[in-house]
This record gives sequence, structure tokens and C-alpha cells, in this order.
Amino acid sequence: MAANPQTTTGTGPVATPISKSPSAFKRWFRLLLKSKTGTVGLIIVLTVILISIFAKQLAPHDPNQINPAMMLKPPVWMDGGSADYILGTDNLGRDILSRIIFGSQISLAVGISAVVLAGVIGVFVGLVAGYYGGIIDNILMRLVDSFLAIPTILFALVILSIFGPSVPTLIVVLGITNWVQYARLVRGEVLSIKEREFVKAAKSIGVRDNQIILRHLLPNVISPFIVISTLSVATTIILEASLSFLGLGIQPPTISWGGILSDGRDYIATSWWLATFPGLAITITVLGIIFLGDWLRDVLDPRANNGR
Amino acid sequence: MGKFLVRRLLQIIPVLFIISFIVFCLVFVAGDPVALMLPEDASQEDIEQLRESLGLNEPFHIQYLTYMAGLFTLDFGESFRYNESALPIVLERLPATIELAIAAMVIAIVIAIPLGIWSATKQNSPVDLLATGGSVLWKAMPNFWLGIMLILLFSVTFGWFPVSGRGTFMHLILPAITLGTGIAAEMTRLIRSSMLEILNQDYIRTARSKGIRDFFVINKHAFRNALIPVVTITALQTSTVVGGTLITETVFSWPGLGQLLIQAVNTRDMAIVQASVFVIAFIVILMNLLADIIYKVLDPRIKYN
Repeated sequence: MAANPQTTTGTGPVATPISKSPSAFKRWFRLLLKSKTGTVGLIIVLTVILISIFAKQLAPHDPNQINPAMMLKPPVWMDGGSADYILGTDNLGRDILSRIIFGSQISLAVGISAVVLAGVIGVFVGLVAGYYGGIIDNILMRLVDSFLAIPTILFALVILSIFGPSVPTLIVVLGITNWVQYARLVRGEVLSIKEREFVKAAKSIGVRDNQIILRHLLPNVISPFIVISTLSVATTIILEASLSFLGLGIQPPTISWGGILSDGRDYIATSWWLATFPGLAITITVLGIIFLGDWLRDVLDPRANNGR
Repeated sequence: MGKFLVRRLLQIIPVLFIISFIVFCLVFVAGDPVALMLPEDASQEDIEQLRESLGLNEPFHIQYLTYMAGLFTLDFGESFRYNESALPIVLERLPATIELAIAAMVIAIVIAIPLGIWSATKQNSPVDLLATGGSVLWKAMPNFWLGIMLILLFSVTFGWFPVSGRGTFMHLILPAITLGTGIAAEMTRLIRSSMLEILNQDYIRTARSKGIRDFFVINKHAFRNALIPVVTITALQTSTVVGGTLITETVFSWPGLGQLLIQAVNTRDMAIVQASVFVIAFIVILMNLLADIIYKVLDPRIKYN
């Protein structure tokens, strides 16, 4: 996507992506409005965030309220549908719309926390490997290779089967299966930056290693870091949904989109709406995040366009 | 080339070691499988006896050494669900998974290569918008949901294909499309960007300025050079494909490695889990090695240091 960066904002040696001055914010906002997909992405993401925050106020029903009289009601526009249950009900008579609204909470919470965790691990490993090089780099990169040889979902499955599924475990699992991309990115950036004059100069005047890493190397990887993180939230949401679908992610009574989908799968022959709507919710949310992430890449990191 | 091959093969050894160590640690922390292996009313004595005979009372390093010794003879222990050695059970499921993976890969290649090239040569045309839009949409759709929607549409509503299982050619189509189009989305994007990069090269401009027709410029000059990253991209999709089969097999009840693994994970049949992880990792590593070799053969300019 978006092989042509429409903006020419270069990333200088030190990138400060979000400045607090109002003029910078205005400039950003104008840049955002120029990109149609970026604007759509932002609107979708903000909407989903607001929905998850105000889920209690927005949901027409209690999402776990079982109602035997209202089992498997179709959506409102079909014969037998009820205006009370706009997207229909599931096999226990629970309101699908309310369940989807509440499901957004867990998707966002798990997606964002897992990405933060992955980012912290990955940046640390990448900085250390890239900066120190030599044997440390070699060992860490073999570790990266090993993680790359095991498909993420497989790794997550094995860990979840051992420790049992729960929200914290899921966040940790998704975090430690996702750090590899950050480690590779940061290492690559550090390898090229550490040969630049300003780092050599700092070294020559005796600045300590950890100071160089914190003051000179870290600020330079922030832009690509934000871009990768945004897109990573998208893939993590899908991964969480997949694991919940397989029965190893979020466990009932906690509501997750993957879980609703998994419930609905058994009724696919008679009640299509059960499995359709949660999937649509995932797709739209992820689409919004991808749009936003692509736009961020164009603005923050014009170099990183190829091959991703 | 020989030197490169040896170096590259030697790199695999530590990776396999690390993977086996990670897997061992996980299983070690997983703790006692004994409770699951014996009937609920088993006496304390029986439990102790089984623990002893399985070597579970040994300290960490002894257990690790025993495990590694087993690995060298390709012995992953016995599955307590099947009461058989784990590796043959895993290998028995492999053909079904490979069948699905190859069918998906064929679909992915047939879609992605023409679409990727076409959209790169005709930037911002309707085809390009379709290709880029489609690949983003497919990336956003959870693959298992796509599978369920395909079942809903083509099996339940139209009744064209069987809902699940393996057997005839018709059984293969829906799962292969589910997995294949998912991979095609990613591949199209990668091929498009590598083609775009090549179309901006000087020799393409030279060829064009000499008055060579577009058809020949694209097919002879650009495509042949774009082929190098395309081949590599294809081989590097193995990990994605294998990960994808895990879920696709569950959706379509496809009796492959993925289905076996998910069952094993749910019943905590650790011997099967270990053997599957190892087999999968080995395949991925092998395909990545193959990608590197093909890359090197196709493009002699590439140097590995």
C-alpha cells in the first residue's frame, strides 16, 4: 500500500513526532485531512475507542443476559426480527449488538497492551544487539531466527496450553511472540546510525554507552517504532481473535469478538448473523488501524515504504 | 557457493538447539502429565511409580539431557492419547497439510504474480486500486472468518462444496481458497513494490528511450529482474502458510497436522505438541534456507558476509 509517500516530511537525525505546540498540531491535522484513507482510519479508530469506553451506556442490553424466549432472533430487517435486537440474538437469546460493543473492550485492551510489551522487549534486544555487536549480537540474532522459525500462532498456542488461557497470560504470550520484528527493526537502524558522525563524536568525547543509547540512538528509532506498533495492534487483534476462536484465548464470560464468532460457527447453517457480525467488527476495526498506520508511515517514516 | 552453503547450514544448528531448548523448558514448566495419564482413582503409589518410570523425578539438567538424547534419535516420547511414539503420528498427518499448503500456494501465486505486476505497471489504474484495496481488505479480514463466510455462501447457501473434511477434490477447494487468498494479499503487495522499484531503474528508462515496446520492457527487462525477490518472497511465506493451515484446518475439519496439534494442545498431549513444533520449525527453516539458495543462484551479485 501507498508506495508513493505524498508527503515529504523527512526524518532528521532526531525525530520528534508529536510536538506540544499548537501550530505543529494544526500542521499534523492538515496533513491527516489530506489523506482520505488516513482520515477514514482515524475516524474508525476513534469510534471504536469511544465505543469501548462508553460500552455500558451504548449497549442496548446486558451482553450476558440470557433470554430463552428470544433465542436466535434474526436481525431487524429480516422476517421475525425485532427492533429491540438490531443485529439479532444468539443461541442463548443474548443481544449480538451489545456483545459486539462489549467485545471491543477486550480486543483493544489486549491488542494495545501486547504491542507495548512486545515493543519494550524488542527495542531493548535490538538496541543491545545493534550497539554492542559481536557475540552478543550473534546470540540475540540466532534467538530471533529461532522465533521466526516457529509460526507466531503455534508458539502462542503452546504457551497458552501450558499456562492456561487468561487475559494476562494472553497479553504476555502475544507480547513475547511479537517482539522479534521490533528487535530486527531497531537493530538495523542502530547499525546504520552508530556509524554516523554524531554518535562517533559523542563516543570520542567519552559519553558513556548507556547515555549514547538513550540520548542518541533511541530517539532515532521512535518514528518507525510508532508505525510498526500501530500496524502491530492490527495483527495482534486478529491473532487474539484467532486464539479465542480456537478456544485458547479469552474465556467466557469475558466477551471477545473471536469468542462470539466461535459460538456462532456452530449455527452457521441456520443463523448466519451470529458468525457474520463479529467478523465484520474485527475487519472494520483492523482496516481502520491499517489505514491509520499506513498514513503514519507516509508522514513519519517515508523511507520505510518498500517491502512492508 | 559451497562455502556459503556450509556457513548457512551451520547457522541452522544453533537455531534448532534454541528451539529444542525453548520447547523443553515449556514442557518442563507445564509440569506433571501424570495426572492426565492415569485414571482418576489411581493410587498414590501408582502415580509415584509412573513418575519414576517416566524420569519425572530427575532434576532439570538430567531431564534435559535425556530429552536431547531422545531428539538425536528422533524420539519425542510417547503420546499418551495414542499410546504410540509421537513422531510417526505427526508425520502421518503431514501429507494432508502439505496438500492444503501446496494448493493454497498455487492459488496465491496465480493471483499475486499477475496482479502484482499489472498493478505496478499501471499505477493508479482501476486494476491497481483493486489490487491494493483488495490486499488491504484481505489483510484486515481474519482468515478463519473468511473461511466461515465461504462455507456460509458456497456450502450452506449454494451447496456447491462440502462443508468440511478431506477426500475429493471438491473438499480441497474452499480451504485452499481461504488460505491461498490470504497469502495472495501479502504477496501481491510485496510483488507490486518490488516491481515498482525495478521499473524506476535506469536500465528500464534506457530500454524505454530506445523505443522498445512496453510489452517487452515489462516482460523481458523488468519481470525477469523482479522474479528474484518474487521467488524469495514465495519461499519466505512458509511460516505464514504453516501458521495459516493451523486455523484453516480447524475451520474445515481438515485432518492435517494443524488439527492434530490443536487437539494435542487441548488434551495437553505434550509429546505430540513437541514433535509437531519441531517438525514445523524444521520445515520453515528448510524453506528459508532454500529461499536463500535460490536467491543466490538467481542473482550472482548478492554476497553474504
